[in-house]
Formats: sequence, C-alpha cells, structure tokens
Amino acid sequence: MPAAIEVDGLVKRYGALAAVDGIGFSVPPGTVFSFLGPNGAGKTTTTEILEGLRRATEGTVRVLGLDPWTEGAALHRRIGVIPQDFRFFEKITPKEAIEYYRALFHTQVDPRTLLDQVELADKANSRFDTLSGGQKQKLGLALALTNDPEICFLDEPTTGLDPHARRAIWAVIRTLKREGRTVFLTTHYLEEAELLADRVAIIHRGKIIASGSPADIIRAHGKPARMSVEGSPALAAYLQMNLGAAAVMEDGKVSVTLADKGDALKVLTAIEASGLPWSSFTTTQDTLDDVFVRLVGQMDEGALKSETPP
Amino acid sequence: MNGRHIAADLRIVSRTYLRNPVALFFSLIFPIILISMFGLIFSTVGSGAVTLVVINEDHNAQGGPTAESSAFLAALNSTTVVKVQLVSVTPQNFSTYLGQNDYSAGLVIPAGFQGDYLNRTPVNLTLYTNPEDASSTGTVVGAVQGVANGFNLRAVCSGTSCAPTIGFTTLNVGSQVYKYIDYLIPGLIGFAILTSPMFSMVDIASSYRKDGIFRELSLTPITRAEWLTSRIVWYVGLTFVTAGIMIGAGIFLFGAHVTLTLGVIPFLVVGPFFFVSLGMLAGSVAKTPESAALIGNIITFPMMFLSGTFFQVSSMPPGLQAFAHILPLYYVIDGMNQVMLFSNTSRALFDLLVVLIGSVVVFLLAVRLFKWRDE
Repeated sequence: MPAAIEVDGLVKRYGALAAVDGIGFSVPPGTVFSFLGPNGAGKTTTTEILEGLRRATEGTVRVLGLDPWTEGAALHRRIGVIPQDFRFFEKITPKEAIEYYRALFHTQVDPRTLLDQVELADKANSRFDTLSGGQKQKLGLALALTNDPEICFLDEPTTGLDPHARRAIWAVIRTLKREGRTVFLTTHYLEEAELLADRVAIIHRGKIIASGSPADIIRAHGKPARMSVEGSPALAAYLQMNLGAAAVMEDGKVSVTLADKGDALKVLTAIEASGLPWSSFTTTQDTLDDVFVRLVGQMDEGALKSETPP
Repeated sequence: MNGRHIAADLRIVSRTYLRNPVALFFSLIFPIILISMFGLIFSTVGSGAVTLVVINEDHNAQGGPTAESSAFLAALNSTTVVKVQLVSVTPQNFSTYLGQNDYSAGLVIPAGFQGDYLNRTPVNLTLYTNPEDASSTGTVVGAVQGVANGFNLRAVCSGTSCAPTIGFTTLNVGSQVYKYIDYLIPGLIGFAILTSPMFSMVDIASSYRKDGIFRELSLTPITRAEWLTSRIVWYVGLTFVTAGIMIGAGIFLFGAHVTLTLGVIPFLVVGPFFFVSLGMLAGSVAKTPESAALIGNIITFPMMFLSGTFFQVSSMPPGLQAFAHILPLYYVIDGMNQVMLFSNTSRALFDLLVVLIGSVVVFLLAVRLFKWRDE
C-alpha cells in the first residue's frame, strides 16, 4: 500500500537560513505519526509544506500521491487541518460553521453527528467568541472532519488545554485512527506522542535526529531501566560484588542498572540475602520526554548528527 | 465562480454583521444621526445674501441699462440682503432657467421702466420666488418692496394723490429649486458607500490574516474571487438599506426633494463593488493591521470630504475641484445627483461608466494581490 505521506530530501530555506534541512520520512496510511521538536525546529514549516501552504525549496513531497504545492486544491478536498490556536468567525456558531464548510466542500455531513463526535454538541448554537479554548479546538477538529478526510493534520491541537479537554481530543484522535484515517500530529507534549503515535520523528534545527516507534526510540536512545533502593554504600558494594551489576550511590540511594525485566527479581533477592538494612525501592525507565531532552541537548552540544532518513 | 460558495459565504457575512452591534449601529443608526445632524444645522443656519438673478430689459439708446434701472438694482444691492446677478435670458425662459440653475429668486425689469417711472406711469416688475424656500422668499420680497417704496416716494406726487408708480407681480419659480438637504442625501449615501466597505474590508483583510482565518479558508474550495464577491453582494444589499433609510429620513424629516428613480440603482451596486474591492486591495498591500488602518484612512478621508459628500464640489476652490475629479467617490455622488436631482441621464451614464471601469480594474487587482497567506 503506498504511503499516505512521503517526504524525501526536503529543504526549505528563508534566505540563508535552512528552516528544514534535508529531511525524509514516510507515513503509512491509517497510522498516527507524531512530529516532535522544540520551538523553531522546523515542525510547522514542514507541516505547512505537507498541507500545500508553503513551497519546498528542494526535495520531493507527496501527500496521498499528490504534490501539495501544485495540486493543493485537489489535496485540500482530501485532508483536514487544524492549526494551533484555531480561530474562526467570532459571531458564528459551531453548527453554522459546519454548515458553511459542508456547503464549501459539497458534503452531506450532519453537523449534529460531527459535533457529537468531538463532544461539542451542547455548544452547537453558542457563538465562537463564547467558547473556551478547548471547545474552539474541538470545533477546529470538527471542521477538519467535515470533508471526511483521509489525512488529518493536527498542529499542537491540545496546547493550552485543560487535562479534561486534552483527553477529549485524544479520544477523537484514537477514533480517527480506528476509522482508518492517517493522523499527522505535531505536538509539544511527549506524553501525548507516546500515548497516541505509532511512529514518531524528532526534528531539531531542521534535521530529524530520531525516528521510529516511541518504544524503539526509547530503546535506542534512552538509558537502561534502573532500580533505586534506600540503602547504604555497603549495600551498593555488596550488589556490585555479588551480582556484577552496575550499582552506585546516587542522591543517597543505591542505583542499580537493570539489563532486563528478570534483573529486578535478582537484585531484590540479593538485597534480602545481604542482610544489610534497606527500606523501599522504586524502578524507573526513560520516557520519550527524557530521550527528547537528551537528544536535543546532545545536538545543541554538537555531539549528535541528524539521523539518516529511513 | 461557484454560486453555492458565494451563497454560503454570504450567510456567514450576514450573520457576522447582523450580530455585531457596532456594525449595525454604523449601518443603520449612524446614517440617521448623520442626516439629522447636517439637516438640522443647514436648515436653520442662514446663508447670507440671497442671489437675485435679474433680467434688465430697460435699455437706453446706446443699448446699455438706463440710469433708473441701474439705480434700482444698485439700491437692491445696497440692502446687502440680496446680491444682484444680471443674466441674458429671455423672460419666457426665465422661470425654467432659475429652476435648472438652482436659483430661488429672479427679477425682470421691463423695457420702458425708466420712461414710465419718470412719467409717473405705473410700471410692473416681475419677481420670481420659490415658495418652498420661505426664508429667501421673504428676504427677496422685502428687499424689492422696500426699494420700490423708496423709488415711489422719490416720485413727484400730483395734487393730493401719490399713487405708487413701481409695483411688482410675484410668480413662482417654475422648476424645482434644490436645498442643501437635497444635495445632502446623495452625498451621504456616497459617504456610506465609501466608509462602510472601506473601513470594514481594510480591517478584515488585516485581522483575518493575523488570526489565521484566511489560512483556514485557503484550505477550503472557496476561491478569493468568490469570497470577495460575497462581500460585494453583502455591501450592495446593505447600501440599499442605508440609502432607503437616508432617503426616507431626508424626505420625512426635512422635506427633501429627490427623484426616486431606478437610475440610482446602478450606483448603489457599482459603488460598493468599487469600494469593497479597494478596501480589500488596501488591506492586502498592508503588512500589519496598523499600516492597513493608515492606508485605509489615507484613501478614505480625502474622498470623504472632497467628493461632494457634505459640500458641493462646485463651491470649492478650483484646485480642490480638479482634485475632486480624480476621486472615484466624486463620480458616484455626482452620478446620483444627476439621476436624483437633475434628471441628466447622459452625465449620469458617464459617471457610471467611470466607476464601473474603475471597479473592474480594482476588483481584478484585489483578487490578484490579495493572498490567503504570506509565503
């Protein structure tokens, strides 16, 4: 099955500045792809090129097999877009907004059904300027779905929303995936990407520095899992000697690196066998957030180059 | 152009507009305030000396005016309440002449005036006045009566009889004489045609771009031409309502005389067509909302005051008159004046053609230069 989005050697320059510097990735249809990066990394520029709102300087971009810049009109009938901080005509209600889009896209969608889907039915007749931030984003989402899109581009759809509203948007994204749509999700929230995305690409300074499934990225770039035990330096030395494990004192606790899940049981057994005093223990593992911060930091320090496009 | 897109957008425009109290105020209430304000100011303020147009048929042997007729006119001028203006028109056409040239008072001094006066033979002057312009009529009648009395007293009485020698007959000016309020109606309709779309479109062009609404629309099938057309259709409709309010207020509150003719409709269509497009063009070339407002004001304010909205262009200094002729609003207002007041179709058609050509050019420029988003 051809990719929903195919990007190869994409470059976007503004004068001497390369906002996007030779990136490439592919998004299979029916998956959630999350594009991560700090501010100014090139996320929005890339997204807008994919949406046909900006022209690429170099490289090849295909969205649903179309060139977004030269075939934008045809593409726009098949995609849905929600920008960050969605704004609309202030005096128009969600129901009227959907009716407007329905007329423009020549579709027969029922406004009530769409508003139900994004949990905004109770505000169907409220004017846009009276909606909360989350409700406005939900309307943006509903409008993006008016034309029954094959791909939804969501640019930081939950930024600034309260936890309840964020979860409502997440539920819609999961529904979109279940319906077989492709979702291109740009977000600042690593937790969001980790929860929702099948694949993630981390972009920084216009280059992709890591990509793959969240688990793959954590595995490839994160630290191994660790067990932290309330204990003495003697316990650390005991574990080091008896298990050969990397056990060190960190912040007044014994920290033991776990190579795999079975190691946790071995460590606890050894602790009990040592007869040394200890109280509680916790296990920790790097999240996508930890990996992201580390990778971005490494690139800023020059210790990391961009990833070779898959 | 897709009519369905235009209709859909028109519904959005109308709802947005009708739910905005400020926009409604400026469209529906402000015109009434404006016309009431100007109507009240200019219907109560005197206009100084009344122009008295005179045909003097009393000539001497050399063909010049006789001494007595000249003295009579000099006496009229000396009253300071009338200003004599001699014209060469036949008395038969005098009434029409006065009406067509917007004069409210005229006087005919007949041939033989001096001879009859000196011979104490009664001589009759003909005075034309406009009964609907009560203040100038009273002034003129009083002035002519006073001067005639003075001349009569100078005449030598015979015996105990001092019968007045100079008398006058009063006739009405044959055609409509226009008052300030009559000119004010087309002027204020022009004012509304200019300001409402211009200020609104300049603001929309910059704020919609800033808020990303144009970006949203760029992802839908609506084209820029369709979007602009729906705005034009809306403002044409709004202009009809505004014009109706102004004409109604002018007629019922101030007794204005305007011809309600279908000939005004093309101007109510082409005017908004021009200024919606111009507003969009101005908003498109501006980079920020602030500069958009500045450009809008620079375009709007000279037209607001120099196109014949509040004051007749003919009353301005020659330099300003020449400047007014390059302002598109001048042709909108002049065209409406021609059809609503003067029934001058050929001049109105010329004005319409100028505005129509300008509208098409500005519309095409606006569609070309207006971008949904900046690259």
